[in-house]
Amino acid sequence: MFLIHCPICNEPRSEDEFHCAGEGHIQRPLDPMATSDKEWGDYLFFRSNPRGTYRELWQHTIGCRKYFYIKRNTETYQIYKTYKLDDKSERVALDKEHSNKNKFGDLL
Amino acid sequence: MKKYSAFSLFKHGLNHHQDWQRVWRNPTPKKHYDIIIVGGGGHGLATAYYLAKEFGITNVAVIEKGYLGGGNTARNTTIVRSNYLWDESSHLYEHSLKLWESLSQELNYNVMFSQRGVLNLGHTLQDMRDIQRRVNANRLNGIDGEILDPQQIKEIVPYMDCSANRRYPVLGASWQPRGGVARHDAVAWGFARGASELGVDLIQQCQVTGFEIKNGMVTGVKTDSYGLISAAKVGCVVAGNSGVVASMAGLRLPIESHPLQAFVSEPIKPILDTVVMSNHVHGYISQSDKGDLVIGSGIDHYNGYGQRGSYPIIEHAVAAILELFPNFSRVRMNRQWGGIVDTCPDACPIISKTPIKNLYFNCGWGTGGFKATPGSGHVFAASLAKDEMHELAKPFSLDRFYHGSLIDEHGAAGVAH
Repeated sequence: MFLIHCPICNEPRSEDEFHCAGEGHIQRPLDPMATSDKEWGDYLFFRSNPRGTYRELWQHTIGCRKYFYIKRNTETYQIYKTYKLDDKSERVALDKEHSNKNKFGDLL
Repeated sequence: MKKYSAFSLFKHGLNHHQDWQRVWRNPTPKKHYDIIIVGGGGHGLATAYYLAKEFGITNVAVIEKGYLGGGNTARNTTIVRSNYLWDESSHLYEHSLKLWESLSQELNYNVMFSQRGVLNLGHTLQDMRDIQRRVNANRLNGIDGEILDPQQIKEIVPYMDCSANRRYPVLGASWQPRGGVARHDAVAWGFARGASELGVDLIQQCQVTGFEIKNGMVTGVKTDSYGLISAAKVGCVVAGNSGVVASMAGLRLPIESHPLQAFVSEPIKPILDTVVMSNHVHGYISQSDKGDLVIGSGIDHYNGYGQRGSYPIIEHAVAAILELFPNFSRVRMNRQWGGIVDTCPDACPIISKTPIKNLYFNCGWGTGGFKATPGSGHVFAASLAKDEMHELAKPFSLDRFYHGSLIDEHGAAGVAH
């Protein structure tokens, strides 16, 4: 059970006011016509699903109705932070993690 | 391995059951295996069993980080049925159901498979249209199914409130008489005993920490307690941990892991001799042989690896059951627990080769994998043995997420079960 600090309402609210919208920071292919089936498949369906740190998109469904991000731990359920969509700092951190990925990461 | 029988039970009873043979060996792993199965749950053990039994491959190890059948096999609500909508999935689940029907004899182990029938209730006109479509599809696929009206349901489950003045009145149901429940632990133990007897090494308390991959081909697994164990082929059957294990090989899967909860009540006298499921009020219930009501409903809507689940789901499950059975309102809940289910976007499993040669995955069974235990093991074993996916497994390849041939079973999968 989460007590989630909504960064827009700027107050902690109960989990059932929110809706989880899945993995965060997933970028839609910029040029749809030039996007291969594989890239579409990756974008639509394939997720990192880590045991540990995870950045997720959530909506404050029965509050301000705004979307925001939660950075949390999927194993301990600790919430590290919640942040607004225009916060770029986590995006940078995520790119850094991705650049360290295994060399077989491009096979799928 | 000594055969279990009424006579052996009597014989061992004479000396207070002191000298029963160990059910499986506890070996130290060899340096090399033909096939390594990662994950010693029901599906993994079934795979190992069928590899040895049907395909004669006995140089096989099952590597389990905890104890055998200690994950979702130990945590589910044991419902078995095959009334899925699409041809691909109903063939796969029906294959499994047929194996269930003779499993106790096959394994010489009582898996307590009880074909007490499964009701899937309809509460709206659209529910009823979907039920008609699904039952017709089932019949075309040779799977038993009937559509019942509220009066017929009342005859099967007299204590359920089928009156018209409920918020969600029961308008009808699909009925699969061959469906039912089984003893979850016994399935894992039975397969483990069978596999061990045929020469499969069951390695417990040994976690796979990585894969050895050379030139895009898997050649072994790295473990915490025994170091590198080489293998010609590796099959991963690790349910909720599929994403974690896939990432060890540098792969991503179209899978998200969520906690799914189940509950049992205090034991009560026999009141429910079938399985009742409802997609619409979103809950399902059966009664175990011990007398507990076994209850389940939805998954947490966010990813998680904590084997517990969130409180709003508990409230939701109880509300759903009381909508159907108001007379259970004073039954007390005894235990609640959670397992980590590997959900797929189309609510269907992935039984597939991967871009890494000789590395296979069998995962994505989501909330309903228990019913598929023997079938999943059988088709996965066939695929591993022949290096070519079994006919029933072909539609469930990883490629389907690239060419768009998803098998949308959200309707028949319905409430998490």
